[in-house]
Amino acid sequence: MARATTTREFMLGEGAGTGAGSQNIHVGVGPAHPAMHGIIRIQAELDGEVIVKADVEIGYLHRAFEKDCEVGGWNNAIPYTDRLNYVSPLINNFGYASAVEKLLGIDITERCKYIRVITSEISRICDHLTCIGASAMELGAFTVFLYMIKAREFLWELVEDVTGARLTISYGRVGGVKADLPPDFGDKMRAAFKQVREVLDEVHRLLTGNRIFMDRMVGVGVLSREETIAYAITGPLLRAVGVPYDVRRAQPYYVYDRLDWEVPTQTAGDNFARYLVRMAEMEQSMRIAEQALDQIPGGPINVDHQGCPIDPATYVDQGKQGKTEGLLLVPITLSPNLQGSERHAHQRVNAADKRVVLPPKETTYGSIEGLMNHFMLIMEGYGIRPPAGEAYFAVEGANGELGFYVVSDGTDRPYRVRCRPPCLPPMAALHRMIEGEMVADLVPTFGSVNMIGGELDR
Amino acid sequence: MEGGAILAELQARFGAAVVETHGHRGDHTAVVTREALIEVLGHCRDDARLAFDVLMDLTAVDVSRLPGREDGPRFEVVYHLASLRHNHRLRLKVRVSEDHPVVPTAVPLWPIADWLEREVWDMFGVRFEGHPDLRRLLLYEEFVGHPLRKDYPVNRRQPLIGPRI
Repeated sequence: MARATTTREFMLGEGAGTGAGSQNIHVGVGPAHPAMHGIIRIQAELDGEVIVKADVEIGYLHRAFEKDCEVGGWNNAIPYTDRLNYVSPLINNFGYASAVEKLLGIDITERCKYIRVITSEISRICDHLTCIGASAMELGAFTVFLYMIKAREFLWELVEDVTGARLTISYGRVGGVKADLPPDFGDKMRAAFKQVREVLDEVHRLLTGNRIFMDRMVGVGVLSREETIAYAITGPLLRAVGVPYDVRRAQPYYVYDRLDWEVPTQTAGDNFARYLVRMAEMEQSMRIAEQALDQIPGGPINVDHQGCPIDPATYVDQGKQGKTEGLLLVPITLSPNLQGSERHAHQRVNAADKRVVLPPKETTYGSIEGLMNHFMLIMEGYGIRPPAGEAYFAVEGANGELGFYVVSDGTDRPYRVRCRPPCLPPMAALHRMIEGEMVADLVPTFGSVNMIGGELDR
Repeated sequence: MEGGAILAELQARFGAAVVETHGHRGDHTAVVTREALIEVLGHCRDDARLAFDVLMDLTAVDVSRLPGREDGPRFEVVYHLASLRHNHRLRLKVRVSEDHPVVPTAVPLWPIADWLEREVWDMFGVRFEGHPDLRRLLLYEEFVGHPLRKDYPVNRRQPLIGPRI
């Protein structure tokens, strides 16, 4: 005989509201939820306010990055890498370019290494500022968010000065970078860092030791050292459990081994430890960038200044008329293209390798050799052709090890490009961090992971 | 340990199970048989001299269009191992055919293999035997095919599926 059910039992299952036992509630957080930076879905099973089980679902931002890379040439993947971690796109650019350079076996110029280091570190600060600012905002500290975004704005102005864009910068190239640093970059960077330091100091006074902030962060979202390693988590989350692993220190690339900096670590492994690691890393990044700026070499300028400067139009005209003898050696006065990308600067920041690097525009327009070289790199079926083989190159992204595994079949298109996204492992382990905690703690824990949809879903 | 020494050690221990090795561009690589895979991975993780405690990456390559490899096994599943203790790296590969694309799972060794194997299943259709929950990771369940296979056309569209109710 069917038992009479109350409406409550009908809605919530047998036994609900009768005192006979409790039911767990399933709550879906996301995919479109203000605290799920980007789009992600967490299916949480709640017992009261405690999360007993969580299933994290990703893939809402999947754009077939790896498949798209196989379609165009090797350099055509650079704009796609901008959109992986869109807060620090420069690091992605250089990570990918370095993987291809490793496959090709070429070495970039000294000045280019320094430029890559400086701009990477600026990007890293932007990333940490965004992460901490957004997490603090979700805990109610809106002021911190505004301060942090203000500081990020100073840095993005620097990025804009160098690359010409703020977000989708496409600045890296296989074999170098797009253009040299602008002339007054050093002063601007020091001025911006001064303001960033002021902001960080303010934020430290606002947050570190703040009762509300500490209550929400200390002891929340803890992941043990063993589990962090077993989940292949790198970056600030690994350093927050006391493992001083940083790709820049462990397998130094570019010029990180020539600079004096520290790997900040904490031991607690909770959200607060991650916050402290990120705050300390920003100061270290500024130290790295400042030292690199002091050490940056001018680099070889192979142009022999024999002729007197002429204006670009005359130069191009002479090239068209076939008067190319000695034309390569003539320095010209006005940049015919992007600022900072003239021939002399081009040679400083790009590897002297005709298989890889596009010639400067003066050479392309002014000499038949340059034009042919340009064509050989642009025409379909030619382009950059690394020898068949495979290479894995890792850089330290803002969230941890950012690795690119590239496979070449010897043609002008990548056979396979694999990106190891640094924020996928922490997302895979997120359910371990939030299970057993209050549902409100999901938000700061998720914030401390710094999920970036672009690189997580690719 | 130096990369070459790691490869020598693996060859000495596992003999014929290590099919091929190379050190192209400083990335030391060993190709192992599917039968010995879990044993080799376990040895790499647990041996004190190797101590590969991190499964840095797990992916696959469809080699069916790679010159000279068209007729061999279609997929290569690639494991990138790293050791935090000794600061060295190793790449392990296992080849599987299209007819029987199954690899034993590495989830008992490293929990991160859970998601990485789901992604490989999603993108390549390589199944992992013993995986606790082999669902698609990035795409949706109704998606047909495995897009990173070389015969999946780049411009192919699939109907968008609404949320499951």
